[in-house]
Amino acid sequence: MSSPSAEVRAAGGEPVLEAEGLVKTFRAGSVLRPERVRAVDGVSLSLRPGEVLGVVGESGCGKSTTARMLVGLDAPDGGRLLYRGEDVTRLRVRDRRLLRRGVQMIFQDPYSSLDPRMSVADLVTEPLAANRRGDRRSRRSRAGELLELVGLDPSAMNRYAHQFSGGQRQRIGVARALALDPDVLVCDEPVSALDVSVQAQVVNLIDDLRRTLGVAVVFIAHDLSVVEHVADEVAVMYLGRVVEHGPADAVFSAPTHPYTRALLSATPSVEVADRGRLGRRRLLKGEPPSPLDPPTGCTFHPRCWLADERCSAEVPLLRRPDAVGLPLVPTARAACHHAEALLTEETAATPA
Amino acid sequence: MPPIPSPTPGAPALTVRGLSVDFATDHGLVRAVRSVDLDVAPGELVALLGESGSGKSVTARSVLGLAGAGAEVSADVLEVGGTPVLGLSPDGLRRIRGERVGLVMQDALSALNPVLTVGEQIAEILRVHRGVGRRAATARATELLALVGIPAPARRVRDHPHQFSGGMRQRILIAMAIALEPELLIADEPTTALDVTVQAQVLELLDDLRHRLGMAVLLITHDLGVVMETSDRVAVMYAGRVVETGPTTEVLSSPRHPYTEALLRSVPSRAGRDRLLTIPGSPPSPTAVPPGCSFHPRCRLAVEHCRDVRPDLLTVLPGRAAACHRSDELVEEVRDVVTVG
Repeated sequence: MSSPSAEVRAAGGEPVLEAEGLVKTFRAGSVLRPERVRAVDGVSLSLRPGEVLGVVGESGCGKSTTARMLVGLDAPDGGRLLYRGEDVTRLRVRDRRLLRRGVQMIFQDPYSSLDPRMSVADLVTEPLAANRRGDRRSRRSRAGELLELVGLDPSAMNRYAHQFSGGQRQRIGVARALALDPDVLVCDEPVSALDVSVQAQVVNLIDDLRRTLGVAVVFIAHDLSVVEHVADEVAVMYLGRVVEHGPADAVFSAPTHPYTRALLSATPSVEVADRGRLGRRRLLKGEPPSPLDPPTGCTFHPRCWLADERCSAEVPLLRRPDAVGLPLVPTARAACHHAEALLTEETAATPA
Repeated sequence: MPPIPSPTPGAPALTVRGLSVDFATDHGLVRAVRSVDLDVAPGELVALLGESGSGKSVTARSVLGLAGAGAEVSADVLEVGGTPVLGLSPDGLRRIRGERVGLVMQDALSALNPVLTVGEQIAEILRVHRGVGRRAATARATELLALVGIPAPARRVRDHPHQFSGGMRQRILIAMAIALEPELLIADEPTTALDVTVQAQVLELLDDLRHRLGMAVLLITHDLGVVMETSDRVAVMYAGRVVETGPTTEVLSSPRHPYTEALLRSVPSRAGRDRLLTIPGSPPSPTAVPPGCSFHPRCRLAVEHCRDVRPDLLTVLPGRAAACHRSDELVEEVRDVVTVG
């Protein structure tokens, strides 16, 4: 194993960013009947240098809110956020400074996330200027380096965002995020606004950066095939909680949570052999529930085919399923009372 | 009002020959669609696959006379169920829409009227087009909601659009589009804004409707997985033209156009953990389409000839056509890779 990624991953070591039981609530309802909705309800994640953590889930599952807390854009209402072992949860001035240098965000929409009145050089080096790093001349040369790093010609510096295509704009967004040499890039749906033929370029770029710079990546997406491709670890979210967490290959080949199973079976595939797969998919009952009125116990229970009384009463904790009677030792953790039954069902359904 | 022409028995649900659409803009003439041919048989689901700016939506909307302000639409043939659509008066077009062709759009929230109940909106279609009485129209609206899989339709018919989830609103739009039992349903990216589990439900509904009601469906999408999962045939569009067409399983398993092939190679699930193969550059803007074959600047097989001469869409196999000078080389190359690997 001589590839740089293997070295970086082996060097892994201490987590650069850790979230412990993050909670974020928002005000909802009317002035007369104020309510609070728990958008993120106890999410724990950790990230080592050079590691790519994929976060998947459907709209409203809290994945974007989690991302905003990880980069310090929103203060958590509970839990802890640690950057290189230092507690930055409260987002004091010092915490913000630490996070801004170490953790940067790449946004979904490369059209609205870049100021149309700034030149590319100013866009890319704005983080340096804001942190009073270097003078104008040194920042310009840094802009050239950054643009080259993301595969753009340094002559792009004097142009404006609207003169670039979506894929190129996303590269500018990445260059800007890299300006302060962060340890962590948090990418919130970085390719979903891009054309299919352009998505692959940006996915490869992010993968390259992880290899060459050893930067850790949180990759948030609803497209499971992209996450399967880039992620080392995957966290599956449902209604503000992580319901499954583990190595990407384990989560995608033998999911230990029924929701992951349903998500995977509902994703259309381009393989001829898979045609008609949606007809054979795991049907979920009903619709995703409202976070305003979450179901009791396991929040997935009203839609789950394995649910029983225990599921509506008792919140399942994230745990490694018991390996007794299973051909493979599970490596992912699932928040499900029936993870063992699901894995047995899996083995029964697919004869080796 | 003159009677609406009824469909010619045995005619395809949709026939398009030589469709071109131009837009006059401040930056000059934008040639959005060039010489497109399409056929959709009754009960058939045809996918129109393309990226942004490929002209897929404009093609579909032109069928309904909805190409937009400033659009110059021309075609040799543009027929819905044997009835010519081009040159119809605005009133005639309005009656073809809904009666003969239903349209489902991407953004269900903006396509519905927020101040009317969904029942009123469906009933309105029946009352205006069919002269059905208020009570009977509401009853039929309830049936339609049941048909598209909305639970408790008798109660939900009195709800407003905001009371439904995204997937449910998309079902309501489909119910409205099929209210008059049109022979052709045009679905423009109907699942793009939806989550995968909900998308699967909506795609299944479309498939079910065409089997049960024998409706033809023209599905506009950018998603290769959706195309593979649902369609019988596919037409791949690039820079305003159809570049490849044929049965879906054949086109997506052994493409004859380098663009189709490159699209397939850039799908992550095909690559495993290997580096994704990419298509250099990005799709051309309709205002600056390259000369010759419009894909040549991004094509790995391009030769001098491709820069100079635009390839025609030619039959390469029975039922299949591709617009590429290098189609044979592409097939040979893929065959070599298969035999070597």
